[in-house]
Amino acid sequence: MNEMQLKIKACSENELFARNTVAAFALPLNPSLAQLSDIKTAVSEAVTNCIVHGYAGGEGWITVACRIEGEKFVITVSDEGKGIADLQEALTPFYTSLPGQERSGMGFTIMQTFMTTFSVDSVPGKGTTVTMSKDFGEKAESDAG
Amino acid sequence: MNLRENRSGESLYFYLTGELDEHSVATVREKADRLIDENAGLSRAIFNLAGVKFMDSTGIGFLMGRYKKLKKYGMEMYLENPNANADKILALSGVYSLVPKI
Repeated sequence: MNEMQLKIKACSENELFARNTVAAFALPLNPSLAQLSDIKTAVSEAVTNCIVHGYAGGEGWITVACRIEGEKFVITVSDEGKGIADLQEALTPFYTSLPGQERSGMGFTIMQTFMTTFSVDSVPGKGTTVTMSKDFGEKAESDAG
Repeated sequence: MNLRENRSGESLYFYLTGELDEHSVATVREKADRLIDENAGLSRAIFNLAGVKFMDSTGIGFLMGRYKKLKKYGMEMYLENPNANADKILALSGVYSLVPKI
């Protein structure tokens, strides 16, 4: 089982770096372009959430960890930011806690849709961890979708 | 992220190129809004996404923001040539019901 951890400062410049690094780490699974694109999008959403919501534009660190378990690719994205008080509300499609900022409220929905499994664990005042995985065992199906 | 525009008859075309995320959106948002203000009398704006290599939900926020601005001027908005990644997000978010793909 191969693993990696990436620790980055919570600034938006690092979104591109994080998603491309995760995509590069997934290459041994021989992903299709569509699968790579799904992973990059999900990582971008998770890292953006840490920056915009977790640290609310302030300073902090984000940890992106990946591991390859057979044909499964597992990603966790964690921050030590303010956390989410109402998870149910946060997971609702189109809900945004920052309505004045042109936010779509679709971040969690996209992570859920683009990955095979998704879960979020958050403690107000302590931080948030998103865990998601993608199954690479059904390549033909993913390409069709 | 780059934004180039072209005016043709009653249409204002926007050509976006690069990766659209939280970091890159600020510069194109400002430029797009300025161009919309300058061309407020036209009938429609068409956003060509052929050059957008990557887009996350920040792109949805950006496009819906421009949709609202155009609507205030009575201008229609359309999307053109999204790649598979952008198309998936746009369809999932229901953007096409307000901003048709042509």
